[in-house]
Amino acid sequence: MLTKRIIPCLDVRDKKVTKGVKFQNNVVLGDAVALASKYYEDGCDELVFYDITASAERRPIDIEMVREVARAIHIPFAVGGGISNLEDMSRVLLAGAEKISVNSLAVLNPGIIAEGSRAFGAQCIVLGMDPVRVEDPARFPSGYEITIRGFRERTGMDALEWARRAEGLGAGEIVVNSVDADGTRSGYEIRLTRLIAENVRIPVVASGGAGNPGHLAAAFREGKADAAIIAGMIHTGEYTISAIKKELSAAGIPIRRKW
Amino acid sequence: MPVIAIVDYKAGNLTSVRLAFEALGIPARVTDQSAEILAADRVVFPGVGAAGSAMRNLKALTLEDTLREVVRRGTPFLGICLGTQIILGHSEEDGGVETLGLVKGNVRLFRPGSPLDKVPQIGWNAVRLRRLHPVFEGIEDGSEFYFVHSYYPSPDMDADVAGVTDYAGVEFASVIGHGNLVATQFHPEKSGRIGLRIFQNFSQWDGRC
Repeated sequence: MLTKRIIPCLDVRDKKVTKGVKFQNNVVLGDAVALASKYYEDGCDELVFYDITASAERRPIDIEMVREVARAIHIPFAVGGGISNLEDMSRVLLAGAEKISVNSLAVLNPGIIAEGSRAFGAQCIVLGMDPVRVEDPARFPSGYEITIRGFRERTGMDALEWARRAEGLGAGEIVVNSVDADGTRSGYEIRLTRLIAENVRIPVVASGGAGNPGHLAAAFREGKADAAIIAGMIHTGEYTISAIKKELSAAGIPIRRKW
Repeated sequence: MPVIAIVDYKAGNLTSVRLAFEALGIPARVTDQSAEILAADRVVFPGVGAAGSAMRNLKALTLEDTLREVVRRGTPFLGICLGTQIILGHSEEDGGVETLGLVKGNVRLFRPGSPLDKVPQIGWNAVRLRRLHPVFEGIEDGSEFYFVHSYYPSPDMDADVAGVTDYAGVEFASVIGHGNLVATQFHPEKSGRIGLRIFQNFSQWDGRC
């Protein structure tokens, strides 16, 4: 049976992992490669690194860091942020990443999904989306509008429509990161996760809001997610990945328990 | 020092395979040269992507006969993912492709009954061992490995099935064992410590079962 994946998310600036709420008040949590290795040893199924820039300014992706991570861990990892074209994607994949996550870039230039998918395979192209709750059924039938640039800009695009379109363009996976739930640690946006999971044929990853193992269980059971991203709950040391896995497994969710 | 050749036929990114051998301290060389592949003590045949373009690339590099010769000689041979699929005779992918035929069988598309069984299968799934293959020495039966695939291997002979995995309503051959040839549908190089153990075992395997 295919197991549900647990994916720590590392927001990286200058080789350091930071954690903020709704892209603000970032605090430094530690060295990115060291933290990635720790989570690898503790049984995470995959990792994702966002905004892996060489400095806080808009500098290019820190390829050397991608290489260091690839040497340190032997499980899949994705890299997002700071990617603007096929050449950037190619550099990141050749450095050892398994997947590229595109978010604002894909909204501004949807063709990049198709180009990346053709060049490297759909399994390498993850669509990240940041939907926010809206009450405007005529314009947003799903009840969610896509935002970009770290939640700062609205796009007028409906979340489910965008998910379906991205699937058609060749995305291999979709990360549904709820703007409303992000950083709150009060649970994933289950309704939205499920809506998308039931309406695309590619894997869906729940993101934003994880605060305890019960939230992950809900994302898998009610949200129908194939994987779930966690951040604050492990970065603070409140939970370990192995403890989360033990609890989910005891609750009857298929989880990888040996590594 | 024995040398492992990792066959580069422009079918996907070989970085993780190379880094996995590097992490184990096992000398392995990425090559598309027939002479180097034939001279190697062991051959790894990886691959990600589509069967049609992979076969075209193998033909363009004139490596088809090289691979046949490697297997015929008894050199230990490890297929991974797409490499495993094109070892078989025919694939449903790309409107039907004739593949190497080193092991008799077909490659079929997952056709799930439930919309929640996503295609491709992406993630960690258990492998149940049908027999104790030397390359799986020390690996617990039922261990999970990392899979990414839309098509699955279906060997004709039950004797060629060394391990099985369940997905989308089928039990498919996730490990093929055929003499000096062993092949996994999953990615050992992305399957953590247990995956690396397969590379470690392969680097010591003499090709006999």
